[in-house]
Amino acid sequence: MNHLFSCLKRYLPESILAPLFKLFEAGMELLVPLVVANVVDIGVATGDRGYILHACLVLVAFGVAGLGFALTAQYFAARAAVGCSAELRSRLFCKMQTFSFTQIDGMGTSSMLTRMTSDVNQVQTGVNLTLRLLLRSPIVVAGATAMAFLVDAKAALVFLGLIPFLFLVVFGVMFACIPKYKKVQEELDGVYLSTRENLVGARVIRAFRLEDEEIQSFEHKTEKLVSAQERVGKIAALTAPLTFVLVEFAVIVLIYLGAIRVDAGALEQGQVVALYSYLSLILVELIKFANFIVTTAKAASAAKRIAAVLDTEGEKSLLQEEQSPVEGAPHVSFTGVSFTYEGSGGSALSGVTFTVKRGETVGILGGTGAGKSTLVRLIPRFYEATEGEVALCGVPVGAIPAEKLRERIGYVPQKTVLFRGTIASNLRWGNQDASDEELLRACEIAQALDVVEAKGGLAGEIAQGGRNLSGGQRQRLTIARALVKNPELLILDDSASALDYATDARLRSALKGVGCTVFLVSQRVASVMGADQILVLDEGRIADMGTHDELLKRCELYREIYRSQTEETA
Amino acid sequence: MRRREVYRRIFAYLKPHLGLFLLTIFSALIVVAGQILAPFFAGKAVDCIVGAGEVDYAGLKSYLIALGAVSVAAMAFQWTLGAANNRIAFRVLAAVRRDAFRKIEKVPLKYIDDRPYGDVANTVVADAETFSDGLLLGFTQLFTGVLTIAGVLVVMFVIRWEIALIVVVITPLSLFVARFIAKRTYRTFRQQVKARADTTAFVDEMIGNLKVVKAFCREEENEALFERHNELLRKASLRSIFFSSTTNPTTRFVNSLVYAAVTFSGGLFAISTAGAFTVGYLTSFLQYANQYTKPFNEISEVVAEFQNALACAGRLFEMIDEEEEPKEGEETLGRAEGEVSLKDVAFSYTPERELIKGFNLEVPAGSRVAIVGPTGCGKTTLVNLLMRFYDVQEGEIRVDGKEIRTLKRDSLRENFGMVLQDTWLKTATVRENLTMGRPDCTEEEMVEAAKAAKAHAMIERLPQGYDTVVGDEGVLSAGQKQLLCIARVMLCRPPMLILDEATSNIDTRTERIVQEAFAELMRGRTCFVVAHRLSTIQTADLILVMKDGKIVERGKHSELLARGGFYSELYYAQFAR
Repeated sequence: MNHLFSCLKRYLPESILAPLFKLFEAGMELLVPLVVANVVDIGVATGDRGYILHACLVLVAFGVAGLGFALTAQYFAARAAVGCSAELRSRLFCKMQTFSFTQIDGMGTSSMLTRMTSDVNQVQTGVNLTLRLLLRSPIVVAGATAMAFLVDAKAALVFLGLIPFLFLVVFGVMFACIPKYKKVQEELDGVYLSTRENLVGARVIRAFRLEDEEIQSFEHKTEKLVSAQERVGKIAALTAPLTFVLVEFAVIVLIYLGAIRVDAGALEQGQVVALYSYLSLILVELIKFANFIVTTAKAASAAKRIAAVLDTEGEKSLLQEEQSPVEGAPHVSFTGVSFTYEGSGGSALSGVTFTVKRGETVGILGGTGAGKSTLVRLIPRFYEATEGEVALCGVPVGAIPAEKLRERIGYVPQKTVLFRGTIASNLRWGNQDASDEELLRACEIAQALDVVEAKGGLAGEIAQGGRNLSGGQRQRLTIARALVKNPELLILDDSASALDYATDARLRSALKGVGCTVFLVSQRVASVMGADQILVLDEGRIADMGTHDELLKRCELYREIYRSQTEETA
Repeated sequence: MRRREVYRRIFAYLKPHLGLFLLTIFSALIVVAGQILAPFFAGKAVDCIVGAGEVDYAGLKSYLIALGAVSVAAMAFQWTLGAANNRIAFRVLAAVRRDAFRKIEKVPLKYIDDRPYGDVANTVVADAETFSDGLLLGFTQLFTGVLTIAGVLVVMFVIRWEIALIVVVITPLSLFVARFIAKRTYRTFRQQVKARADTTAFVDEMIGNLKVVKAFCREEENEALFERHNELLRKASLRSIFFSSTTNPTTRFVNSLVYAAVTFSGGLFAISTAGAFTVGYLTSFLQYANQYTKPFNEISEVVAEFQNALACAGRLFEMIDEEEEPKEGEETLGRAEGEVSLKDVAFSYTPERELIKGFNLEVPAGSRVAIVGPTGCGKTTLVNLLMRFYDVQEGEIRVDGKEIRTLKRDSLRENFGMVLQDTWLKTATVRENLTMGRPDCTEEEMVEAAKAAKAHAMIERLPQGYDTVVGDEGVLSAGQKQLLCIARVMLCRPPMLILDEATSNIDTRTERIVQEAFAELMRGRTCFVVAHRLSTIQTADLILVMKDGKIVERGKHSELLARGGFYSELYYAQFAR
């Protein structure tokens, strides 16, 4: 809620003006009965037609003023609600961008997305209604009660007895609903996940002819959603009828009490009628308020989910003062590094120690799940080592601000991701100010010039996820993208797997000319055998390291891998 | 989509809930009757209190009891009304979602490939929600509103038809204004829906690939881009929310005109009829006038909400109406022998760019075809065509002599086992993922397949073994996922295999063992192997070398090497250091 208020703060004038004008409008409405009373008491009683006309023109004037006030109020309320939700979205987006990889894994993309979309929308509706009704309804109720006391204090006690019950109903329903709305939202998240998953996995689902099953499982999920919705709907639907019956019982008590007081001569018939109409006024207002409460309950639970994101501490930024590089330190060093993914059983890396000199090419070889990718992900601090230290130029990576650290590193992920736009706009992710020549130069090194050509130049369009490109084309563009950065350290996380050998070989020889330190994760001996140093990983540990020739001599595992790839081709 | 058409479709969805629908109408009748009778009994009760010592207690009691009974009945039915409406709205929502989701499973893949995932998902989830919310609100208020108006009108005409007539004459103004605003609102709502979809698509892309964003420190640029989308959305939302919220005050203004007119004419009547139209009548008339105009407010509110719901319904129905995959044939393959032939096949994803043309290929049953070539040469396209993810534009593809377009799609697809480079797993347990193709297999068969794919040990190491929930995102590496995909196919043992870079993410040692298992699996089966690792395809019966969508060379490994063409160039390149 704090976040909501601080977002609203930016729209403070609107947030004050909207209810204020709403109040004026309500005031106009409260005045109407007085005018009508005068029409009856003065106009009709004395037969003054002119007075009646006059009074009715006043009523029309009230109507015009009410319209003006109401429109102004609606405008300010809409401005504040829309502005506040835009601000919330913006904060959510910024906050999510600070999340560490572990947090991204933990929260899940689809849940992050629902918070950005439907949750924010619900808050928007809630804020809008709150600004319009929150002040108005209590004021009308209080106003009507005050009027009742003016008429007859004793009979008006009925009002005081009624109001706590009404609030009990309204808030009771609200509190009963909030946790149930949360459940509804969870089921909805599941529905969203299912939908997305079926879009991404369309090919596999069809290949396995699972369409009908997926439809069934989706139906099951919507079924669960429906029953959660119905459960909360049944409770929410109680508000209006309960309010109605409470007020009508109050009317019964009021009229009976009134009858006794009239009988005793303490009250007149007309006054009973007046009291009755004030009760009706309260009823009408509260029914509106009840609808409002339902929306607010939804909005409140949405706001809670948004707050859960905003309250998450993002990636830790720099802790210590910036340290200057240590003279003569190796470019990259790992000292006793271990790492365990959150929520996974065993450690992915343990006791990894090695150093790399500037300009060296390091090959990282090992089986599936040996920890190759994990190792290189620790360098740009995507994940933080659970034990030991990773250092760049002698400075622990934890002491370098994330963006400064990552600026220096070109990282090409295993999963090739390109974004909607053009080739140029994708490549410029590496460096916003790169010239076309620089982009083409990077493409040349990455062996991606033919991709550029095939797509009709740097302005060639890229579909979301790069779906209009083949896997190999995507890989080469992602390599080019990292090169545009002009990094001092380039990490290729098995990024040439979809390339044919010829292209792969040309890529490697072109990379030699760039002069940066290169980490080359691969499963192909051919890719890493030219490296200055090869780390052979086995189940999270370094089995051995050295050059191709050294390893061939002394490392059994390496020999085995080598043989597996060369025998067939020999 | 035309508005009329949207309405028609909505009513079609309502049809199965006719019973509930009638219940809501019945409940609404009782509720409205109760709400009109309550003031009536209250008024009658008040009439029993004339003055000091002139109170008719017996009458008073009976009227108050009647009032209590009416209130309780109204309450019970009001709740029924609400609950029944909820039920209808949620069921319709589920039905619409189900149809939209069903469509996802049935549209040609081109539909999915051409659209941002977030866009489509947004329609199924958010648009459907807005649609049902509008419907929900609409139902309760529309029925009670219309009934209240009718009931009160009758009462008013009975009391004093002249004044009732004045009220009726002014009312259309309210409707006219509401209509005018509704039209404008519909337009602004559409703009809002579009701005929202754009923003969602952007967020989907950037938050979905947050890891890459962070690797490139694109946070700031993205924030700037996001702000642009967000600002457009803010403006569109402001317009649409403001416009829709003008309906209520405007109709309320018309109501105050009605009120003034009733006061005026009522006052004059009271004077001119000298007692026939009493002050008491005027008072009740004013109350009824209020009761009569209130529903107009609500209805206009509903109209605004409805505009939004309609815009969303339009998008949903457009999606539901999306053309499905071309009708499948009737024939079935049974368990195919595996003879495949392609004749004069032409295909391209976009009309402007020709990809495959005049493609001919004869594959005898049980033979192994390898497709090699530089990246981006159209190797994967062949997979799309064989599986009928896309259809050829010219020519024909036959399996066992049967043109595949005459076959049932399932019958064709179940004869192929497919492992793709882009591994995909469902968010489900390892077990569910493995048995995807054969849900009825035994535990032993599953473990056997996992072992053959060298995935068993890896699975055992997962926190809950075979019951670990995995998914498309998550802790499994690409290689581990691929092993699961292979095990998935190993379990099915289909007559034909398509391996599109099936082992690209696996280390070579494991790959070698997996290859052995594949070799075992491939024996006697027709296989299409797309690969860049030439080592994996040397034993193929036929190697197709592709370049720019065309076959440039074809033959056996030794023949191709001897020819010294493009293939040998590719082959020797892999030894370059």
